[in-house]
Amino acid sequence: MLQDDAEGGGGVALKDLDDILSESIRRNGESLVAVLQDIQEHYNYLPERALRSLSRKTGVPLIDIYRVATFYNSFSLVPRGKHQIVVCAGTTCHVRGASKVTEEISRVLGIGPGQVSADGNFSLDTVNCLGCCAFAPVMVVDGEYHGNLTPAKTRKILTSLKAKWLLPAGEADERGLVDDGDAEETEGA
Amino acid sequence: MTVTPKRLRAPEDLTVLRQSLVDRTDDRKPRIAVCGDTGCAVCGSLGLASSFKEIIERRGLKDRVGLKVTGCLGFCEQGPVVLVFPGEIFYRKVGPGDVEEIIDRTVLGGELVERLLYRDPITGQKLPRCSDLPFYKNQTRVLLEGNWRIDPNDIYDYIARGGYSAVAKALYEMTPEDVISEVKEARLRGRGGAGFPTGLKWEICRKTKGDTKYVVCNADEGDPGAFMDRSLLEGNPHSVLEGMIIAGIGIGARHGVIYVRAEYPTAVVKIRNAIEQASELGLLGENILGSDFSFDVTISKGAGAFVCGEETALLLSAEGKVGEPRQKPPFPAEKGYKGKPTVINNVETFANVPLIIKNGAAEYRRVGTEKSGGTKIFCLVGKVNNTGLVEVPLGITLREIIFGIGGGIKNGKRFKAVQTGGPSGGCLPEQMLDLKVDFEELSRAGSIMGSGGMIVMDEDTCVVDIARYFLQFLKSESCGKCFSCREGINRMLEIVEGIAAGEGSPEDLDLLEELACAVKDASMCGLGQTSANPVLSTLRYFRDEYLAHVELKKCPAAVCRALIRFQIDENLCTGCGICRKECPAEAIEGERRKPHTIDPNRCMKCGVCMEVCKFGAITKS
Repeated sequence: MLQDDAEGGGGVALKDLDDILSESIRRNGESLVAVLQDIQEHYNYLPERALRSLSRKTGVPLIDIYRVATFYNSFSLVPRGKHQIVVCAGTTCHVRGASKVTEEISRVLGIGPGQVSADGNFSLDTVNCLGCCAFAPVMVVDGEYHGNLTPAKTRKILTSLKAKWLLPAGEADERGLVDDGDAEETEGA
Repeated sequence: MTVTPKRLRAPEDLTVLRQSLVDRTDDRKPRIAVCGDTGCAVCGSLGLASSFKEIIERRGLKDRVGLKVTGCLGFCEQGPVVLVFPGEIFYRKVGPGDVEEIIDRTVLGGELVERLLYRDPITGQKLPRCSDLPFYKNQTRVLLEGNWRIDPNDIYDYIARGGYSAVAKALYEMTPEDVISEVKEARLRGRGGAGFPTGLKWEICRKTKGDTKYVVCNADEGDPGAFMDRSLLEGNPHSVLEGMIIAGIGIGARHGVIYVRAEYPTAVVKIRNAIEQASELGLLGENILGSDFSFDVTISKGAGAFVCGEETALLLSAEGKVGEPRQKPPFPAEKGYKGKPTVINNVETFANVPLIIKNGAAEYRRVGTEKSGGTKIFCLVGKVNNTGLVEVPLGITLREIIFGIGGGIKNGKRFKAVQTGGPSGGCLPEQMLDLKVDFEELSRAGSIMGSGGMIVMDEDTCVVDIARYFLQFLKSESCGKCFSCREGINRMLEIVEGIAAGEGSPEDLDLLEELACAVKDASMCGLGQTSANPVLSTLRYFRDEYLAHVELKKCPAAVCRALIRFQIDENLCTGCGICRKECPAEAIEGERRKPHTIDPNRCMKCGVCMEVCKFGAITKS
């Protein structure tokens, strides 16, 4: 379902939107996928208002835009979390225990794959393959890779990250809560 | 290399440029290659590369020591990997603390740093050179050779090694018909999986009438467990571009499109950079090398849909529409991108083309089988000792790949199956290990060559679980257009889930087989037609394991949760309490220093207890 934005929180400044759409349509012509990618890159999801506006500007019926937006895995109609956790669900990761890792993440964060936490702080997604099978199972937290995971190791990494994220800005460093060194985590396995 | 770009207006300009570059390449001085591919980057190779750069600059060694961040060097298992030339010294698991020592002792001093060398797990011997390592020694690295030597960000590095000379040859020494017949003669077959003869595809497209034609490169590598195409795009992007230009010359197209999947942002950056550099030199654009042939290449980014690997779906998706397959014929060679005649080939196929044109079909065919020439790149992954990217001649046996190059199964376990071809392929058992790897043999055995994923499974892998995994995958990726695929995969999944849950009956196996055949026969595109392979191949070779699930209600590999139990051996348990503390279900009880027990009703079978127990007291059965 499309989610309309209330004014304010998470809402899209219309002026911004107009510029982004015009520029993207100019560059990408008829390619809906490319325009939607530009919108998502800017807003971190596809806001309903942006899709409606795109439909008005291009004359493409909203239902056709909606069809493209829901056909592809990488588009999201709801805002993604401030911190994004992606677990690889490729075959190698699967035979090396990725589903147990995903379950453990769900337990620590209280959200399932495809969901965003109620406070909007983090989201969990699975992808088909990240292509670093030598270090399976793998998860990526805000762009940083963690490999050779086990449920216990995953819990350790996420518990410390979560504590850091939930602290008011600035306090994390003072309290010495830093990421588990990724190089350390993947070594020696 | 810093050279001021100057447009090349004739083939002689390219020759002159290459000759001037040969003297300037850093091949003549000692040099270091740091693997910058995703696998090594996961364990910190990019930071490592910056340390090398910083130290080389700080100590004023820039003129004496060369440094390159390359594409995938292949042996991902040992990452971060560093190679030192001359001598192809292979250093493994290199950390920032090793940088200074490598520069001083190996690059400047010519000695080895013993502790960073690869140790043969069987003989215990330290092996310094790539050519000594069984992983490399048993491969035939033709395409991947470039990844070792070329800086993917530098077109001059590619030109210095003969790059783009195949374009010059195709333009000035051959007719388009010659180009096509050379590719036909080489017996090059599509590396994307189906193995259609590339030259024939080009010929059909050339003969189709039309003013505008397109060359499309399929870089939508969607099979989980496969990253060959990404490694080529990131490690040697110009070889792919060169192949596309030659295809353009062959069929008479002046536009090319590379369709890259959304999950490969680095590949997009590298290929975009390569296009810019080639355009600056006049190797792309109007009147290439002064000829009357013009060709440009644009990038189209996918948005995550497995079905877009199917060519008709890919072409629609590249236009920015919903990627739903359509009926063939008409084939893309007649009606493809934007409705125009189109040649669509996979990344690896294009990367082979410059080799064929440059060295001739006869030379190319010295490797490979009677029906298919050349090598194939595989991603050897899973429960195998040497995980990585391997290139082998077509016709090699599975055993040679898995045991000769891969070094056998991890942790001394038993080999159970190898899965090729991703979700469209099948699982092959031990008795098929001497099968020759080529398009026909694999398909006769119930699997497919696919794009090159090769996932090794050991005795701890359950084939019912694997069938369930692939069906789940295909269920979410089926576009839903054909009833047989949309509903058939769903029903197959239900049956397999029932079997895994211990609720199956022997009749279910027959029903599953019948359903699988129906889905195979009645679906329109490749996704549906091959979706039954994981089920049919596991039923064919591992029926006993299915029977154990449905008759004995046991999972022999101890994977299917409904059929297994975790237990604590009271003789081994010391009562340390760590499992009790870590158990997320609070299912473990026991007093300190006394044997603990697991409450089977509360146990979620997550396996955390088994992982944290230091005494091996917890088993599953």
